[in-house]
Amino acid sequence: MSLIHWAILSPFLMAVFVPFFRKYIHKIHTGWFVLLLPIFLFTYFLQFLNETMNGKTVIKTANWIPSIGVNFTAYIDGLGLLFALLITGIGALVVLYSIYYLSKVKESLHTFYVYLLCFMGAMLGVVLSDNIIVLYTFWELTSLSSFLLIGYWYTREKSRYGAQKSMLITVFGGLSMLAGFILLSIMTDTFSIREMIPQVSTLPDHPLFIPAMLLVLLGAFTKSAQFPFHIWLPDAMEAPTPVSAYLHSATMVKAGIYLVARLSPIFAGSSEWFWIISSFGLFTLFWGSFNAVKQTDLKAILAYSTISQLGMIMSLLGIGSAAIHFIDVPDNLYMAAIVAAVFHLINHATFKGSLFMVAGIVDHETGTRDIRKLGGLMSIMPITFTLAVIGTFSMAGIPPFNGFLSKEMFFTAMVNVTTLDIFNMETWGVLFPIIAWVGSVFTFVYSMILVFKTFTGKLQAEKLPKKPHEAPIGILIPPIILASLVIIFGFFANLLVPSIIKPAVASIMPRVVEGKMAAIEIEYWHGWNTELKMTLGVFALGALLFLTLAKWSKLYNVFSKRLTLNNLYDYVLLSIEKTASTLNRFYMTGVIRDYLVVIFSFFILALGSSLVIKDAFAIDLTHVAPIRLYEAVLSLVLVAGVVTILFAKSRLTAIIALGAVGYSVSLFFILFRAPDLALTQLVIETVSVALFLLCFYYLPELKKKEKKLRFKVTNLVISLGVGTIVTLIALSANSNRLFESISSYFIENSYKEAGGKNIVNVILVDFRGFDTLFEITVLGIAALGIFGMIRLRLSRGKGQ
Amino acid sequence: MFDLLLNISLLLLSLSTLAYIYRVVKGPSTPDRVIALDAIGINLIGITAIISIILRSNSFLEIILLLGILAFIGTVAFSKFLEKGVVIERERDS
Repeated sequence: MSLIHWAILSPFLMAVFVPFFRKYIHKIHTGWFVLLLPIFLFTYFLQFLNETMNGKTVIKTANWIPSIGVNFTAYIDGLGLLFALLITGIGALVVLYSIYYLSKVKESLHTFYVYLLCFMGAMLGVVLSDNIIVLYTFWELTSLSSFLLIGYWYTREKSRYGAQKSMLITVFGGLSMLAGFILLSIMTDTFSIREMIPQVSTLPDHPLFIPAMLLVLLGAFTKSAQFPFHIWLPDAMEAPTPVSAYLHSATMVKAGIYLVARLSPIFAGSSEWFWIISSFGLFTLFWGSFNAVKQTDLKAILAYSTISQLGMIMSLLGIGSAAIHFIDVPDNLYMAAIVAAVFHLINHATFKGSLFMVAGIVDHETGTRDIRKLGGLMSIMPITFTLAVIGTFSMAGIPPFNGFLSKEMFFTAMVNVTTLDIFNMETWGVLFPIIAWVGSVFTFVYSMILVFKTFTGKLQAEKLPKKPHEAPIGILIPPIILASLVIIFGFFANLLVPSIIKPAVASIMPRVVEGKMAAIEIEYWHGWNTELKMTLGVFALGALLFLTLAKWSKLYNVFSKRLTLNNLYDYVLLSIEKTASTLNRFYMTGVIRDYLVVIFSFFILALGSSLVIKDAFAIDLTHVAPIRLYEAVLSLVLVAGVVTILFAKSRLTAIIALGAVGYSVSLFFILFRAPDLALTQLVIETVSVALFLLCFYYLPELKKKEKKLRFKVTNLVISLGVGTIVTLIALSANSNRLFESISSYFIENSYKEAGGKNIVNVILVDFRGFDTLFEITVLGIAALGIFGMIRLRLSRGKGQ
Repeated sequence: MFDLLLNISLLLLSLSTLAYIYRVVKGPSTPDRVIALDAIGINLIGITAIISIILRSNSFLEIILLLGILAFIGTVAFSKFLEKGVVIERERDS
């Protein structure tokens, strides 16, 4: 355990103490204590910048389960550090924001901060683990803590629904990912990502390569809300706003991005990877932005916007994977896509975090998040308005904010990809920039809706639950910090390049970057080129669409409201439940006879099929003794008794016939020279016939219908089947004697060793006395049980 | 010769048992059936004795005794049942 391990685990340790703060120090908001930790961790992780900037990495291993190679290996490189800084930095801001957002009196703060700290620790674990099993463990912890945070207001129906939905979808993805990881470890014989990367040249030919890739991507796509798994994200907006800002914009939804980036060195280079990631990313970009326009809830707009931006980052990572094919080309165009992805990842975290906080402030100060009720808040909440403008303009890609730069780089990547001559890009590649451009237009439109519908226009004071006013300064500090970062990154983007972006890109594309690090640069102005024209087109068309919104927004009604993925999800969930319960009701009838049918059918099928498959049936008559007349006659009597039982009209006849069968069996014992068995059989048969008669005598009067057994074909087939199978197996077993019996030992030794001449009794009490002991126990239990049943029945009868 | 004799007597005992079984099945009243069952028990004693002679074994003498006891107890129990309606009387607590 090194200091890094303690840093990763410190949020969990802190979470243990949070309830005590809440309980014993009432006067101070619990958040203040929690705040110290992310700030401390942020400064701690900042120290690693020096190392990663110089291309170094830090590896520390703590043994967990060394016998199977699962160790908690903390690995800090550019990518991990970037995420760690995002998690701790934005985590600190979110905790600060939540101190002002959540009431000290009304809310159960301790649960909130425990969940939040667990999430923070889990997220740090995800991004800093080198061992995929440890990574998976932390991954599931993020799902779990996210579930808890979404359902924070657990008394609300919608919170519980959203929490359940996100849990089901992300855990589904998480389990697929685990399967993918296991396949990866089978292929590479290691759990360590670092040790997998050197083996990458042999991997693509492995038959498990594609399944592993698809399963891992399923995990990444569900976590990062890619189409069609994005549906949980809008429903997760029922969480408190700090949670939405932290989990569902800046950190957790980027875990999938992180995974894709982290495993790029292993998978990138195959056309499947390129196509799946870039096409799903692009479609998610379009679908998210298209759907964001029709939302009326601030957080819902932001949720769809997050989906869309995540799609954009994902598609950039996909296009960047093409860089693998041009390793030797000095001017590697596709490298820029990776740079753009990392850059936009940072940008998105800054502006989306601040926008969520703004939405929370608006909600907090006006009492609603519905844009149809909001308006005219510009002069009442000037600071919030400024923050919203910075955030949304950055999101829309308007200069001079950082979103503009990443949007430009995005377009550059999309234009470059059309020139790609691998992976059959000439067929569909031309669609890439078009979809990207259309998606960006919608992005522009919803960004404008977000800021102008909320802050301009007429104030509808009568519709607002509260009288609006500017927020207190404390709650404004975190979004102000984020917004200033938006501006700083916008003007001085090259600050980030050597410190964070280059090391991150180097860990995503380690093979490509060697020697080309210097080439990475973010230019503010790169001439009058296609990308700039595309951006201008986005502005023009976006502005036009925004101004004529009322006219064309009816377009959304064209699509049936029933045909949505949410309805599909609900329908699937409901039909799974229904099918399961129908199936259950079909075979769990509650009738013992039906279960017996199932059990016996299985018996026949399993034994019969194994007889057939193994070709085990054999008849060998050499060991068979000759049949004497007595046995033949007695068998006839026995069969006659059994047939009488089956066809008896009255129960009395059946019982007497059963007794006759029992006595015939004892006669058989006499014939086959087993005096002890015959003795016992006689006594037991007498007693049990007496018991049967007793039961028969006490049957209730009403139901005493003397009726013949009803004939049923199924029962006949099954009983014949069981009889046949047992007979066949007995015959085969008798014909397949493999060894001599051990009975000669008992015959020789029963007198010599045990001093008894009755071999059966010597076996019962001496050679194998243990069995006898426990059969005595069985009889004792049976007697006590009968006594208990009769007694308890009586006393209850008296009580009533 | 001796074995043939034993077999013949076994056959005769079986036929007599069959006749008693006819009485058990047909017997118009319950006492008829009880008497027939008792006699079947006694017949079984005979059959067992003859079989043990055929098998040249004296291990089955206990069975003969047991059958005698069982037949007796069974008949007595049935008789008591017919007479009083119960086999084992309770001590006034019913």
